[in-house]
Amino acid sequence: MAETKPAKKAPQKLASKTLKLTSKGKVKWTRDDTELTILALPTTVWFILFVYLPMFGIIIAFKDYTLTAGKGFLGSLMDSPWVGFKNFKYFFGLRDFPMVLRNTILYNLVFIVLDIVLPVGLAMIINNLYSKKLSKTYQTLMFMPHFMSWVVVSYFVYAFLVTDKGLLNAIIRACGGKNIGWYTTGKYWPYILIFMHIWKTLGYNMVVYLASITGIDSSLYEAAVLDGANKVQQARYVTLPSLKPIIIMMFILAVGHIFSSDFGLFYQVSQGANQPLTSWVATLDVKTFLMLTSPSVTLGQTSAASMFQAVVGCITILSANAIVRKFDKSSALI
Amino acid sequence: MSKKVKNLSEDNLSRLNRIHPATNVAFNIMLAILALICFTPIIFIFIISITDNNVIKQQGYQFFVTAETFSSAAYEYLWSQRATILQALWVSVYVTVLGTAIGVMLTAVMGYVLSRTEHKLNNFLTILIFIPMVFGGGMAATYVVNSQILHLADTMWVLILPLAVSSFNIVISRTFFRTTIPDSIIESARIDGASQWTIFFKIVIPISKPVLATIGLFLAFGYWNDWFQAKLYISRDELRSLQSMLNQIQSSMDYLTKNPTALLGDSAALRNAMPAESARMAIAFIVAVPIACIYPFFQKYFISGLTVGAVKG
Repeated sequence: MAETKPAKKAPQKLASKTLKLTSKGKVKWTRDDTELTILALPTTVWFILFVYLPMFGIIIAFKDYTLTAGKGFLGSLMDSPWVGFKNFKYFFGLRDFPMVLRNTILYNLVFIVLDIVLPVGLAMIINNLYSKKLSKTYQTLMFMPHFMSWVVVSYFVYAFLVTDKGLLNAIIRACGGKNIGWYTTGKYWPYILIFMHIWKTLGYNMVVYLASITGIDSSLYEAAVLDGANKVQQARYVTLPSLKPIIIMMFILAVGHIFSSDFGLFYQVSQGANQPLTSWVATLDVKTFLMLTSPSVTLGQTSAASMFQAVVGCITILSANAIVRKFDKSSALI
Repeated sequence: MSKKVKNLSEDNLSRLNRIHPATNVAFNIMLAILALICFTPIIFIFIISITDNNVIKQQGYQFFVTAETFSSAAYEYLWSQRATILQALWVSVYVTVLGTAIGVMLTAVMGYVLSRTEHKLNNFLTILIFIPMVFGGGMAATYVVNSQILHLADTMWVLILPLAVSSFNIVISRTFFRTTIPDSIIESARIDGASQWTIFFKIVIPISKPVLATIGLFLAFGYWNDWFQAKLYISRDELRSLQSMLNQIQSSMDYLTKNPTALLGDSAALRNAMPAESARMAIAFIVAVPIACIYPFFQKYFISGLTVGAVKG
């Protein structure tokens, strides 16, 4: 083995590509290949069990599936009749469906705009502070929400919003107003959820853009100063153009995920997305979860909802990726 | 003017290129307010947790606590419930430690194999990793697989395994291995007759600590903060993590306010879920505070992980 190796190895990297081209299909399987395959085996098994089996499981969206005791999944699957697109018809026919779709897309559109404008603006501001120490302190404090789970955050929100004891209503009362039933009035929730989303992600996104800003070649700024550019002009003509690639990439990736949502935000912060808030806070993910945990909805019907989201999500991500590819090949996902 | 500027050292130039002092003050005030908004809630729930319950009942949550309104009853209550809380803490720690270890291992191994472009299955494995980035089975099918095929419901494993690996983390580690580990090291090890796993465990792992730490941290925070798996799959109280317990308290409060008669049932979970206002906030506080204390030390790894991930090979 040791003897055959140097012979194969000597041409190394350069040759490895030509090797593939010249002797197509005849490349020898080496001991290295076996060893690497064995190394990759556990993770491959994980992917098959936890990623590819669920993809296969999608077929229950086309079945009237119920688990029969003692038969296991496969037996029950065989027994359950094919129903074609009946489950999809059920899901699309739901009174909630257009509303859930609208919520998902509208919330995402707002997030896409705010997630770029606010963090980029703040990153440029924080980059200009005199004191680096203060700048670091602000960053660290604003980073905190990123590490809090939505369950914990929902307690934070509760302390402010709960009708009789919450701080917000106390302030409103002190100003001569009346208690507002935040958890029973849907129309306030778009603002609350948008605020909470920004609250949780702003610090993190700001730091990400700040990392890009500090990476900008300082000679660009020196040249701008020599040309007499003031701070606003520098931001306009140096910083923003330098950030353009990463901004466009973040934008397109966010557009690609326009059919998915941060489940915790919509479900936990609204304390379970119950009526009467549902029509204001339920997104596709929340709806799927509510269907899954509701005893009156079959697994097939829930799978149809899941599958709809997976398919449209796949289409948007692939199209977004195709656009990134056109724009900047190295930033493309695939 | 331009001549003068040219003579300035770079340091002076950056001094010249400063924002106006008044603007600086304004920006500082604005950022201080934002930082305060981000951090205040955790202080607020702490203050609620040390406020007397009768005061809360009469006046609602107060942002200030005085000697008259102070009460440590909430923490005494939690102390009396320490068996439940320690059990949940144990689950949290167990899941976080074991999950992070398993996840880092599975991720690093796959990242290494993918970084070996001469491997015959490289294309196949790359596709295997990339498909999940654009398509997934969705919540319902995943639920069916985990609970009905793999029979993981109500076991510790359902809290650990489904979260262990992500394509994103694998891509990060692959990029790291590809860009940081010189091929020559691996080549020379192979000439010396080292097998791939010797190379991986004896050479690659020791010099890859930065990326493994980053991925480990991503995973550890993910496990520690997870409540969703438990919500979907766990019904046994002894398998509840801190986050899940917190979530449970919240939903059962919600349930009880909507169904007052349900109070008649006397399951342990429901009784534990009925602490007074201050005790609820005390639990939320003790769940939040460990993370609030340690994240500043790990912050930079999160940023570096993100930048590594952005540079894909």
